[in-house]
Amino acid sequence: MEKIFGRSKGLTDVPFSFCPGCTHGTIMRLIAEVMEELDIIEDTIGISPVGCAGFSQNFFSCDFIGAAHGRAQAVGIGVKRSLPDRIVFTYQGDGDIAAIGTQHAIHAAARGEKITSIMVNNAIFGMTGGQMAPTTLEGMKTTTSPYGKDVSTTGYPIDLPRLIANLEGAVYVAAVSVDSPKNINQAKKAIKKAFQVQMAGLGFAFVSVLSTCPTNWGISPVDSLQWLRENMMPVYQMGELKVTEEVKSL
Amino acid sequence: MEKVLMKGNEIIGEAAIRSGCKVFFGYPITPSTEVVEYLSAHMPKHGGTVLQAEDEIGAINMCYGAACTGTRVMTASSSPGVSLKQEGISYSAAVGLPMVIVNVNRCGPGLGGLGPAQSDYFQSTRGGGHGDYRTIVLAPSKAQELYDYTMMAFDLADKYRNPVLLLTDGFLGQTMEPVVLKERPEAPAVDRDWVVDGARGREKRVLASYSLTNEIGEANNLVWEAKYKDIQEKEQHWEEFYTEDAEYLLVSYGITGRICKSTVLNARKKGIKLGLIRPITLWPYPEKAFLPFKDKVKGIVTVELNTGQMIEDVKLSVECKVPVHLYRRQGGMLPTEHEILDYVENTFGIAAREV
Repeated sequence: MEKIFGRSKGLTDVPFSFCPGCTHGTIMRLIAEVMEELDIIEDTIGISPVGCAGFSQNFFSCDFIGAAHGRAQAVGIGVKRSLPDRIVFTYQGDGDIAAIGTQHAIHAAARGEKITSIMVNNAIFGMTGGQMAPTTLEGMKTTTSPYGKDVSTTGYPIDLPRLIANLEGAVYVAAVSVDSPKNINQAKKAIKKAFQVQMAGLGFAFVSVLSTCPTNWGISPVDSLQWLRENMMPVYQMGELKVTEEVKSL
Repeated sequence: MEKVLMKGNEIIGEAAIRSGCKVFFGYPITPSTEVVEYLSAHMPKHGGTVLQAEDEIGAINMCYGAACTGTRVMTASSSPGVSLKQEGISYSAAVGLPMVIVNVNRCGPGLGGLGPAQSDYFQSTRGGGHGDYRTIVLAPSKAQELYDYTMMAFDLADKYRNPVLLLTDGFLGQTMEPVVLKERPEAPAVDRDWVVDGARGREKRVLASYSLTNEIGEANNLVWEAKYKDIQEKEQHWEEFYTEDAEYLLVSYGITGRICKSTVLNARKKGIKLGLIRPITLWPYPEKAFLPFKDKVKGIVTVELNTGQMIEDVKLSVECKVPVHLYRRQGGMLPTEHEILDYVENTFGIAAREV
């Protein structure tokens, strides 16, 4: 029988170790497929952060470097500036890139660093057991906002793609979701564009992907997808936030 | 070989270029700023890249990334900036990354001042960041050594796959002195089959420091421990000055090590048998230097620009068999050769006899 679907060459045979219903695996598969389609697996160096996204170093079949919490982009820039002909991407959670590592995100964009950053936004710190993140929504209960996030004392959710899109050096910024087959296809297109931007040497490319965390949200996997649609999508601006003329002509 | 007049910090930059350093990540801070300025002007001409990072944390993590690719990389800063770099240094030590970190020590704690100090001795020689690791620490005392030890630092970093710290101070960094721009020594043959540069025709590689189980954690610690012991065995370096017949010893490194040479010469004119041990490596500490003296000399004075940090290593090196005293200045002040000698004479009750 002809095999018509299988694991992407961009992934190893290590089984995903994520909780049931977590969409990290879907997002990683999309990146792996994009690397395979663009034939860049052997040219790519991925940078993993701290947190659930940190497991990415085991699952992708390309070379990987494990960075300190929040530092993936700085590490990636060190790689790219040393080996400009290689492809460098960072795979980071929202806690990593929008809290402890925000300065690197802003300056990577401002300098137009020729790397690709993927942010997985599930509005919570997953690995440490469900603490408030800078992306946590108003009223959302977490272990450090047990009575619901009070924006008057803990601030409003950061919409990082909107911030990044304002910076000249960021040439492609998109916010996507993997909650439905249609959105998964759109997410893949955005991720592919973000790698093509780097291959063309155009500047900084950033894709934020909304993701679920059923375990720490305390919601079933299926209901989590609905919760994401109803609660996260209205807060975070979705779609292609910035596509420069050069990127359009790719 | 060219002999030129250069500022200390610029000498470090020139030595880095001539050592084959290809990328530099930095952030301005007095009194180290001339390193990043010099390299910004000259490194691109040699095919290298200089990037002024958003902060010291960014700079050291960029070094981490560059080092993962096997590229020779350096950063430079001064004390408060080096504090910020400690996270990245710890991670670099854990992954086993060769890199050179320059600390042009200013006085502290806190923001402190710009004057010369040796207040970062503990931070430099005990790892500095979290976790149980060591960095090799080299302590130049003059312009030529800023040049030579920078070159040595790159080779040691490669040889042992370990971060190397060049620990100097605001006085040496800011002083202009003649320096001979020697050719680079032959680089050690190093194994590069660990670098991450794209898995072209080979298995993927991962450079990371997370240990999933306690057993893996201990196994990693044992590997590092064995490396550190090897370095301690092979890389203790020091200079001796009038030690052969010495009854009293000064121990001092860096700028004060240099001042102490004048103290020794003045003492000898007065018939006092004073010698000097000047540590070149602060880690590994040159404890071997003290072996011939610990049952022989009557007393030791460490001369430091802090509240007494290296003195602990000296006491350990002589197993407390010899009285060890401290003469120190702080906050950016330097001692004169005369006040050091006065201290030696007073401490040991030496009646000077003119010769």
